[in-house]
Amino acid sequence: MPSLKDLKNRIESVKSTRKITKAMQMVAAAKLRRAQESAEQARPYTERFNAVMGQLAASAGGSDSAPRLLSGTGSDQVHLLVVMTAERGLCGGFNGNIAKRARAKAQELLQAGKTVKILTVGKKGRDQLKRDLADKFVGHVDLSDVKRVAYSDAQGIAKDILSRFDAGDFDVATIFYSQFVNVVSQIPTAQQIIPADFDAPEGDSGGTLYDYEPDEEAILADLLPRGVATQIFAALLENGAGEQGARMSAMDNATRNAGEMIDKLTIQFNRSRQAVITNELIEIISGAEAL
Amino acid sequence: MADTMQFDLVSPERSLASLEVSSVQIPGADGDMTAMPDHSPLITTLRPGVLRIDGPSGQAEYLVSGGFAEINATSLSVLAERAMPLNEVTRAHIDEMIEEARAEHEAAKETFKNEPGPVDDAAKLLADMVALGDHINV
Repeated sequence: MPSLKDLKNRIESVKSTRKITKAMQMVAAAKLRRAQESAEQARPYTERFNAVMGQLAASAGGSDSAPRLLSGTGSDQVHLLVVMTAERGLCGGFNGNIAKRARAKAQELLQAGKTVKILTVGKKGRDQLKRDLADKFVGHVDLSDVKRVAYSDAQGIAKDILSRFDAGDFDVATIFYSQFVNVVSQIPTAQQIIPADFDAPEGDSGGTLYDYEPDEEAILADLLPRGVATQIFAALLENGAGEQGARMSAMDNATRNAGEMIDKLTIQFNRSRQAVITNELIEIISGAEAL
Repeated sequence: MADTMQFDLVSPERSLASLEVSSVQIPGADGDMTAMPDHSPLITTLRPGVLRIDGPSGQAEYLVSGGFAEINATSLSVLAERAMPLNEVTRAHIDEMIEEARAEHEAAKETFKNEPGPVDDAAKLLADMVALGDHINV
């Protein structure tokens, strides 16, 4: 049976924990709104870009001289997994889910006899994969100083990946990130970015025949590297929104749990206080009777 | 013939303009061109330069770099990696862009010692940036 003082201390400590989680929840809610806004503002660019790339890829992709970013190196022996997670924890299963998805893929590839290389973006994913896949790490991108993800951040990552590709370090690149559906649901997603995999153009846009200036292949060569950056940027934004959403609901749960705990502890505290009073009364009365 | 067409200018981070215009002057990779309604469908890449739009709601100028324009009879969308209204551009922006292009040129010279292609491209990008800085003269 803990003493009254112990209980009191414990209640105080749970109360301050609740204050912290409550504050974190509100901060996450504010950040979520901002992150969602920037994700929405970036969407038109990504959608149009992919639509045009889809058209271009469909018309030029078949030829032998198609750029390697589109047609691949002709082999799929070496895989680069770009694992994009958050820089901070305390956001429920957000980072864990992405890492789990990436680990499953890595194991599947290893079992098939492929070589796996891992590039991590965000500290948390690196920490989680370090245990069993540390020897596969080839690089790490630290975004912990970045307050708000800018396109230039994505360009930096893309440049890193592209220079590795040009150097022949890998054949296939896949990014792992979390797709933001809503506050309580983020889907860990794997998307292949090299060789580029664009959705086929829809029927109506396929009807227009475009002229290209310069020719299709020059445009493709110019746009494919930008496409990598665009996809990474979209993934970063989705991740940003997902992280805040996950943190918000995780902190909401934590706040509620702390509240329940405080209620339970308070009841226990009151009971033991009552017991102490009763005890004292009994002692006084029996003392009086003895006289 | 329609007098105006839908014009969209989007960068990866936000959408800068979406309005009805009567003509747009685009800094295409192979030269400047002006697109008006009922233009034949065309996709062109951009070189760093100034995009001029002219429409019922007035004129506007934007600095754009990297990306492409998709033109068809009723609409024109410009997707630029970097875009901002010209009157917000300062010398510092231009210098930064020139510096970036220069670094890229140096890097290209390092990596592609025996292939002139990428080096020439980078050199052209650098020249475009410098010319652009001189041209808008801020």
